Amino acid sequence: MKRREFIEKTAATTALVGLGLSMSSFKSASKHLTILHTNDVHSYIDPFPPTHPKNPSMGGVARRAALIESIRKENPNVLLLDAGDIFQGTPYFNYYGGELEFKLMSLMKYDLATMGNHDFDNGIDGFHAQLPHAKFDFVSSNYDFRNTVLNGLVLPYKIFNKDGIKVGIFGLGIALEGLVDKKNYKETIYNDPVGVAQDMARLLKHEQKCDLVICLSHIGYQYKNEPDKICDVKLAALTQDIDLIIGGHTHTFLDKPTVLKNAVGQDVLVNQVGCYGVNLGRVDFYFESDKEKLAQGKSIVV
Amino acid sequence: MVKLKNYNVSVSYFVLFLTFLATVSCKQQKLFVSRIEGKEIGIVKEQPQDTTIEAFIKPYRDHIDQDLSAVLATAPQTLDKNGQWQTTMGNLFSDAVMLKGNPIFLSREKKSMDIVLLNFGGIRSIIPQGDVTARTAYEIMPFENSLVVIALKGEQIIEMLDYIITEKKAHPISGLTFTIGKDNKPKDILIQGKPFLPSQIYYVGTNDYLANGGDNMNFFKKGIYKFDLEYKLRNILIDYFKDVDVVPIISDIRINVEK
Repeated sequence: MKRREFIEKTAATTALVGLGLSMSSFKSASKHLTILHTNDVHSYIDPFPPTHPKNPSMGGVARRAALIESIRKENPNVLLLDAGDIFQGTPYFNYYGGELEFKLMSLMKYDLATMGNHDFDNGIDGFHAQLPHAKFDFVSSNYDFRNTVLNGLVLPYKIFNKDGIKVGIFGLGIALEGLVDKKNYKETIYNDPVGVAQDMARLLKHEQKCDLVICLSHIGYQYKNEPDKICDVKLAALTQDIDLIIGGHTHTFLDKPTVLKNAVGQDVLVNQVGCYGVNLGRVDFYFESDKEKLAQGKSIVV
Repeated sequence: MVKLKNYNVSVSYFVLFLTFLATVSCKQQKLFVSRIEGKEIGIVKEQPQDTTIEAFIKPYRDHIDQDLSAVLATAPQTLDKNGQWQTTMGNLFSDAVMLKGNPIFLSREKKSMDIVLLNFGGIRSIIPQGDVTARTAYEIMPFENSLVVIALKGEQIIEMLDYIITEKKAHPISGLTFTIGKDNKPKDILIQGKPFLPSQIYYVGTNDYLANGGDNMNFFKKGIYKFDLEYKLRNILIDYFKDVDVVPIISDIRINVEK
């Protein structure tokens, strides 16, 4: 850090001294990362029928796949993420136990997912049995799977390098007691999301030096009737070093990402795209390596 | 002399400059977010499909469709959830659980259920007049809940009746009839046709969600024994439909109101 700052300062001085060349034109690199995300797809593989009262003719994996592919053509730097509750909701799950969901997500080249409460619906063993069909990883930082079959199979975080952009992603799950049958989650231990999130974000941003830190969360967007319950909106305000929270669980349809202030007054985006694969969330991050160019601050267009 | 000196200085700066450039580009550059754009993209019907994905799904879909579309029984008229204290859907569902669950309970535990209590909200669909398929069972019961039998003391049976009276919902019941007295208390309680005995233990069939206190059915948490029959309620419905050719309209009065 220190050395790099020194180099920047020296170089700037040099440029001023006599060469008359703009350093930034050499040094600055503009990069573009596209985050695509879903949540609570709940085994909805086919589109809704045209007669459906709420989402007529919406959704469907084959259409989502084509949309994702067209976005990849526009910008190859894509991270495709899911915030949990992949399982349960249509007979596809009852018949195949999640096999088709995982295979289709693999074909669509999902990069990472976190676990929702319904992903335990066939028990932790049922989830484990389907894992070989998933060619992408799962992250959960606050579920301790040490004494379960998932020990070592679900990661606490994952770091991606996309065109030189270092992206750290960690996962958060909801409290299981009272929501999921104990016989299904077995010896999984739930830890408080706030403390875990803060540790993860610090690790990823400062130790691993990620350019972007994303939290894949299944703790829910907000609980109006339970103001004390932890949720994405509260998490955003209580922590720092998280750039984007991609949420799930509450099936919240946000027209656009919510922009909130974190514990140190910096912007955090929180997004959730409803449920059943009716929408695809898209957040584009544009990066500059030249701090000078950021003199006017970053702009958030939502 | 002077001129030459100046020239040398310029060259040394230039070399320094190039060196810096090389150093910076070899290291991973620190990146700063300059702009963020966020939006939600609806997956609408105008969105073209990925044909490879569609072809991949098809055999799975065809298998399920074929399976779920098989006609299991016929409903001569629509069964619905209309009614203050009992409904044709609730009576059918609770009776089916009693009928299909008891042989399993008997063979495993040498016991029989006295009562079945489910929740009104757990019936997610009606049975329209006409063909009844496995898809109908999925619509009625999309969840994976399974049958649990709880042994309750007489005291908890009274709590259960008080709960039903307070809730004012047509929770499906089977094996039990009673009258809501003018004092809003249960009376004329008959279980399996016999008068209720406060000292007796009763076996109540329900689903695992309610057995764990779901819908505030806290009396279930005071049970003295719990038997998990690992029989999904949806499968009970499917097996029941397979048994009957015609879905009966069961409209007997289980909860009376004293006038």
